[in-house]
Amino acid sequence: MSATRRGFLRASAAAGGGLLLAFRLPLAAGAARAATAAPRARADELEPNAFVRIARDGAVTVIIAKAEMGQGVCTSMSMLLAEELDADWSKVGFEFAPVDPVYAHPGYGIQMTGGSTSTLGMSEPMRRAGATARALLIRAAAREWGVAEDECTTEPGAVLHAGSGRRAAYGDLVDAAAGLEVPEDVALKDPADFRIVGRPTPRLDTPDKVGGSATFGLDVSLPGMRTALVLHAPVFGARARTIRDGRARALPGVQRVVDVGSGVAVIAADFWSAKRGRDELEVDWDLGPNADLSTEALHARYEELSRTPGLVARLDGDPEAGMASSEQVLEADYRLPYLAHAPMEPLNCVVDLRADSMQIWAGTQFQTVDHAAAAATAGLDPGKVQLHTTFLGGGFGRRACPTSDYIVEAVKVAKVAGGPVRLVWTRDDDLAGGYYRPLWHDRLRAGLAADGSIRAWMHTIVGQSFIKGTAFEPFIIHDGIDHTSIEGADDMPYAIPDVLVDLHTTEVGVPTLWWRSVGHSHTAFAVECFLDELARAAGRDPLELRRALLGDRPRHARVLDLAAAEAGWGKPLPEGRARGVALHFSFQTYVAMVAEVSIDAGRPRVHRVTAAVDCGRTVNPDTVEAQIESAVAFGLTAALYGEITIREGRVQQTNFHDYRMLRIHEMPAVDVHLVESDEPPTGIGEPGVPPVAPAVCNALFALTGKPIRRLPIRTEDLA
Amino acid sequence: MAVSFEVNGIRRSLEVDPAMPLLWALRDTLGLVGTKFGCGAAQCGACTVHVDGRARRSCVTPVSAVAGKRVTTIEGLGGEVGAALRSAWIEGDVPQCGYCQPGQIMSAAVLLAENDRPTDEDVDLCMAGNVCRCGTYVRIRRAIHRAAELKREGRR
Repeated sequence: MSATRRGFLRASAAAGGGLLLAFRLPLAAGAARAATAAPRARADELEPNAFVRIARDGAVTVIIAKAEMGQGVCTSMSMLLAEELDADWSKVGFEFAPVDPVYAHPGYGIQMTGGSTSTLGMSEPMRRAGATARALLIRAAAREWGVAEDECTTEPGAVLHAGSGRRAAYGDLVDAAAGLEVPEDVALKDPADFRIVGRPTPRLDTPDKVGGSATFGLDVSLPGMRTALVLHAPVFGARARTIRDGRARALPGVQRVVDVGSGVAVIAADFWSAKRGRDELEVDWDLGPNADLSTEALHARYEELSRTPGLVARLDGDPEAGMASSEQVLEADYRLPYLAHAPMEPLNCVVDLRADSMQIWAGTQFQTVDHAAAAATAGLDPGKVQLHTTFLGGGFGRRACPTSDYIVEAVKVAKVAGGPVRLVWTRDDDLAGGYYRPLWHDRLRAGLAADGSIRAWMHTIVGQSFIKGTAFEPFIIHDGIDHTSIEGADDMPYAIPDVLVDLHTTEVGVPTLWWRSVGHSHTAFAVECFLDELARAAGRDPLELRRALLGDRPRHARVLDLAAAEAGWGKPLPEGRARGVALHFSFQTYVAMVAEVSIDAGRPRVHRVTAAVDCGRTVNPDTVEAQIESAVAFGLTAALYGEITIREGRVQQTNFHDYRMLRIHEMPAVDVHLVESDEPPTGIGEPGVPPVAPAVCNALFALTGKPIRRLPIRTEDLA
Repeated sequence: MAVSFEVNGIRRSLEVDPAMPLLWALRDTLGLVGTKFGCGAAQCGACTVHVDGRARRSCVTPVSAVAGKRVTTIEGLGGEVGAALRSAWIEGDVPQCGYCQPGQIMSAAVLLAENDRPTDEDVDLCMAGNVCRCGTYVRIRRAIHRAAELKREGRR
């Protein structure tokens, strides 16, 4: 989503007032105010603005507009607000926001979480919300005491008046503050004075998650709630032709069987009854146009396409001439598969549909879109629909679906369920359900001069656009080029005189979607692996080659140098081990990684990943570290195992035995080194993912002398 | 046919299909939702509970198989091991999305009940059946060693 991010940064800058102005932009077209978005403040609570409430006992409740899917956002947002409120951190709690325009993403105009933008976009709004609340409490105290507001200060959780020695706890000012005008023009702290932001802070959601009491979507239960499972079409776009449901409906607990378009739903008393019912369904499918689809054929078709000119995304100089005048021309094709997000919590949604209203509970990254889609599906005025966001048992982009697929499916089920109903996807539904990271083909060519320098660079990308046809198209696709397809390729940082990046956007009947790090997940692999191939051809050290091409990129150079130094680049390693390096900029954050690998019984073994990260000023350094650890596991899972294959239109993978996840014994040590910075905070949820696979593959290349040009890594590619 | 067993110290008698997995008896019938559904095929460990003190994947354990037995879920995990694990998990800020964590903790509890000083290899062996998509493995390992330490200290 970095294309929109860029647009957003431009828009914010143009507005002149920074994020706060953007923050007041109207909602995107089609969105509407939700029902009772009204504050849930109790009578004894003060609500200075939409982001915070203060109770008489001093409890501070921060309202979190973002989805908490593991990235620590409920803590980091609370830290930002508490910092400026000068809150007593031990009294800070949080609550997820209802759907309301006030909680819209400052850049995208809709309520959503994605693009690693929460900290970038919400830092200033959260700080400002805290600062205005603090100013209101000062105003209340000053009036009570009959002193000037500017004579008052605060300490954590209390207002002070030095002249008279008076002190009032925030909770004791709740009544006095009620009804006062909330100050608007407040100054924010100098970051040098921060006492919460920038310090490793325990996460607010940890105790509930450790105790098992955190509520995920799947944990929501309503009186009389039924459970629905859907027998999904075996081929994308297939429709049920005939349904034989006699055996299913004869089972105890099974209540209804209904065609919901995306498949055949079994509505039952509980999960197990629904599952048994689904197992007994016999459906003849009209398979439609995708019945012959095969990923093997797609790879072949993409390779052919990559030999033809695509739409030009970047052109510097004259790459053809650059190639022609080069001493040596190298080329390589990189192939990447479809990937499922596979969050640990399978997709689910609870719907309570009444005659004139609807409530929905879901772990979603896409509140505005899902809310609007649910209302439209139910045929209700959006004002009659409430959506409650729960904790997300993983998201990685899957719970930000422009078609709101699982939400719409749940509402369709609810229309016939006759009471509250919970839709549950099983793991095979999840893996076969589409919305994958696209299958990609990246063809790289480069011309090397006699002195080993890179003269020309050509990168041809082939793959699907998941933006085309969605409401995001006008913002992300320009002149036919979907920026999420080429991000990381068109802005690769290396100084090369002649550069061409071109794109073929394919039409394939497989639903695709952003997957943690989006386009960077393929471009970083292709660019960074190809650089190592060039280094070898030129007889140069991969680190030195990169370093030489980063002349005017100090932040890139700094993370590269830091990772290399911390990893001991160039120092001897035990026999059978090698290091590989990769560098990538995404979501405004710079990450370099050095992986140390060996090969054990024909399989890669990653011992250690040393990461250097420049994400500007950090809010919670411990979370930054955790996100890099997480990214290493996520990237390594894809590098070692990730692949969704399709044969005769059918997805081959059904569960974690054939769509493997990294396990604890395969997890390398991870050393994270943060660059000290006074720059504004940038993304951290995604930027750690792109460099993982190329760092590992470059290390394997160093070990075997054989470049790895496809993922997941095959044993035969290591010999 | 009723199936009777003990859950977190309380005797329960359920009128359910004996083939119903224990996971769904806990979640749908008893409302104990701390035990999670991740794969339904004993592939991920999110549903791990203790049956007579041993780790079991409740998603593939028919409820009839626990008749007359003692079942412990994350909600009922007590004792010095439970306390040590909770402290270590909180101290190390292990969870990210948190969905797999009850299963991770239940698996770790079995390891610690038997082993005061697990090695990294012991941790690998015991925990390899528990998937964490967020990749909290580094912290899980650290927390298990820390919990073992807390447990040893508690003994002294």
